[in-house]
Amino acid sequence: MIHVETYGQVTNRHTGRLFIVEGIDGSGKSTQLTLLAQWLRSLGHLVVFSEWNSSPIVKATTSRGKKRHLLTPLSFSLIHATDFSDRVERDIVPALKAGAIVLADRYVYTAFARDVARGVGPSWVRRLYRFAPVPTMAIYFRVPLDVALHRILSGRPTLKWYEAGMDLDLHSDVTESYKLFQGRIQNEYEKIVGEFGLEVMDATRPVEVQQRLLRQMVTPWLPTTPGTVVRGTGGAR
Amino acid sequence: MRTFQTYGEVLPRVSLSDLSGWLIVVEGTDGVGRTTHINRLRAHLERLGYAVAETGLSRSDLASRGIHRAKMGNTLGSNAFNLFYATDFADRLQQQILPALRSGFVMLTDRYVYSLIARAIVRGADPDWIKNVYSFALKPDAVFYLRIGVEELVPRVVAEGPFDYWESGMDLPMGEDLYDSFIEYQRRVISQLDELAKEYSFQTIDATRKVDAISDELCESVSHLLASRRSESAEEQP
Repeated sequence: MIHVETYGQVTNRHTGRLFIVEGIDGSGKSTQLTLLAQWLRSLGHLVVFSEWNSSPIVKATTSRGKKRHLLTPLSFSLIHATDFSDRVERDIVPALKAGAIVLADRYVYTAFARDVARGVGPSWVRRLYRFAPVPTMAIYFRVPLDVALHRILSGRPTLKWYEAGMDLDLHSDVTESYKLFQGRIQNEYEKIVGEFGLEVMDATRPVEVQQRLLRQMVTPWLPTTPGTVVRGTGGAR
Repeated sequence: MRTFQTYGEVLPRVSLSDLSGWLIVVEGTDGVGRTTHINRLRAHLERLGYAVAETGLSRSDLASRGIHRAKMGNTLGSNAFNLFYATDFADRLQQQILPALRSGFVMLTDRYVYSLIARAIVRGADPDWIKNVYSFALKPDAVFYLRIGVEELVPRVVAEGPFDYWESGMDLPMGEDLYDSFIEYQRRVISQLDELAKEYSFQTIDATRKVDAISDELCESVSHLLASRRSESAEEQP
């Protein structure tokens, strides 16, 4: 039921495919998606990569809000929805209509997990994203929290204010706050997996094993004759 | 003390228990004279001793520049525009409106979520969807709707200077030229506002009359409202 309501507005028919990877930072999803893209291109498919937070017009406002710590959980949620909406209209929907395989590193589920972890209402944020096309398949990279934290924190990263959830007053130390915030996000992801029927990848397995599994998972959903739709663009952007 | 409520959605990390001011909305379509009447109302209330603050669409610290830039080029999709305005509103609600109400100000807002909802619906948004987006908005103490028909609106807009691109709905567009598009766009916006007026119980003011008659009615209604609320809360004091 929720599934239908959430994607209430999508009536566009298209021949494209939309594959999504989701997971907390350090789950390895981006690495896997990059490898998948290379493989799909080598098969001759038209592949489009779509990244979170990439609309040039909205980006300036998001950066301003983040730099000056102007964002509340609500405005954080809305500015990211604005950005995502622009990306859907300008980027994702046209590519799907052109029959492309669209690969997205994070999708609406990132907002559901992150915004609810910030205290935004779960059903409000799900309805907010009703305009989003339903993905062909969404894969959640499940990894124990300490493993993901170790991958991220062993590199001594400079954690950003909102990335660490410092706006929530969870802890005065940035790293500690980050750990607590990631834990909250992971809790939300675990609810989302069942609610939206995400496929689950065991992200503790070796990279090449995961990639083999990922390729097996998407194969049934690929267009039968690669590259028959809209070849003129050269197969890449 | 009375408490404010939202249209359903809880504001994350915000308390509404300490708001002592008033939230007064002036709604109405483009060119109906909202600015004039808000200026007069402000002066009137200040004479009576009320502290007054103001806000209006796309005046947020966070998003005003971005919205301005996006309008210059018309490069943002229409749904993204709807959400950009929602972002702007959320920022103003939390950074301007709530602090003013907390300090006991009369917050005059030049349009509120209703105009944003009306414009989004005219641009094709699902009415239930956009109303849900704004369900975190505070219910105002009163909404005064300066109501005018498109026939009466046209001479005023012509007298005021060139037709505005966005106020004519030229991003859609709705006619062969600016004038035709203006007529059709404004007709639809006004029709949506009329619907919302019923749904959200606006107090409608006939804005086809002389300026003085309109502002007298507005000033009287607002000062009456403020006086009645003040005596209510005074009675509750031990």
